Amino acid sequence: MKRKKKRTSFKSKNILIIMTILCVGMIVYGLSAYARLEGLHSAAGYLVTPFQKGMSTVGKILKGTTLSFADVGKLQDENKELKKKVSDLTEQNNLLLQDQDKLERLEQLFALDAEYSEYDKVAASVISKDPGNWYNTFTIDRGTEDGIAVDMNVIADGGLVGIVTETGAHWATVRSIIDDSSNVSAMASSTLDTCLVTGDLTLMEEGKLQFIQLYDKEDVVSIGDKIITSNISDKFLRGILIGYISDISTDANNLTKSGYLVPVVDFAHLQEVLVIKKLKQTGKNSVSSASESGKES
Amino acid sequence: MRKVVTFIEMIFLFLLQTTLFPKIPFLSVVPNLLLILTVANGFVNGKKSGLFTGFFCGLLIDIFYGNLFGFYALVYMYIGYVNGLLYNIYYDDDVKVPMVLVAISDLIYGCLIYGTQFLLRGRIAFFYYLKHIIIPEVVLTTLMTLLLYRIFYALNQRVSDSREGEKDLPWLGK
Repeated sequence: MKRKKKRTSFKSKNILIIMTILCVGMIVYGLSAYARLEGLHSAAGYLVTPFQKGMSTVGKILKGTTLSFADVGKLQDENKELKKKVSDLTEQNNLLLQDQDKLERLEQLFALDAEYSEYDKVAASVISKDPGNWYNTFTIDRGTEDGIAVDMNVIADGGLVGIVTETGAHWATVRSIIDDSSNVSAMASSTLDTCLVTGDLTLMEEGKLQFIQLYDKEDVVSIGDKIITSNISDKFLRGILIGYISDISTDANNLTKSGYLVPVVDFAHLQEVLVIKKLKQTGKNSVSSASESGKES
Repeated sequence: MRKVVTFIEMIFLFLLQTTLFPKIPFLSVVPNLLLILTVANGFVNGKKSGLFTGFFCGLLIDIFYGNLFGFYALVYMYIGYVNGLLYNIYYDDDVKVPMVLVAISDLIYGCLIYGTQFLLRGRIAFFYYLKHIIIPEVVLTTLMTLLLYRIFYALNQRVSDSREGEKDLPWLGK
């Protein structure tokens, strides 16, 4: 058996101390200024992203070969086209249904005119997932060069997927709404009462989301109602469908309600997403109009 | 040379962990392959090697997925260092010891993530997380160690044997 010399013990202790200080320094630096080490990010992106793309393509191919061998490519193209059509139609259908609600309360919903289907969008593929089991974030293969910026909304299947949290030249990280640390300001589409949709790891397996603080005075919000992003959110564009209420109950304070909703997006099999290339305007103008429409409802 | 090999292993395992493993439909959790590399490097090559491998593994996660830059680097670095303390104590050609080390490290790692990032946000159902996230991850990661450690060890021997072997000989002669 080979023996090893013990000559680095003192030195490594010093290194440990120095590196610890370095790490703590980075944490404090990141916390205080929210500054990002731009060079490091882009370098790592160039190094890793091409491989991630390749690997996920391999994964896709492996999945593809389990189909019948005849006309696989054709079928996949067709499938892609149809899927796009379905999500377009779902989106349109949602819009139409929303329009119906709109008729009932034209004044309040006046602000919903700028619908998300009108926004400029970029299609992107999901290339990798975060390495742990605690969070639900993923990387897409489009970045700043394709016009993607932090805080842009991400949708798929006509529903909200998440928000861009970090960008590189050719990649971006998206935090999905089922992530444990995600909070989305939302509202019930029937009454426009606002609530908060929060991701929860304990609900992830059931494929559900939690909503809290729904202020429903008239007691009209019920199971099956749509939850959409609210107009007072400062990051999410208004009117994007999140999901349908599956369970609702009154809180102990007798003022607000909370419950669960089923998202429209299938997060387990997410492959293609659309990034809306429009950031929510959070200037004074939109804030005042938002508070006005809030009052009306 | 060994550094280059470790670097390539690190990138490769990171890619496996983020792209291929999440696609396997019957796995509810992803094994922590970077932790295996960190533990193995600390155990086989010593404190300094474990420390740096851990640091760069953590940094890689921080760059792409960290919400607190430097946090994972710190955690992985300490895991690498602590495993490096056992560098001279056990024979490193047996897979059982590293398996135990990986299991313990992953358990501590899981509890640490829970304690710092979930408990502080008011998620108090520790046993749910233990049962659904931490334990499955420990089991899977330990099983993966059985597979990966031999490959790692063989590679490591090949790249470091020639030099260290020469160094050892005169020392043994005395």
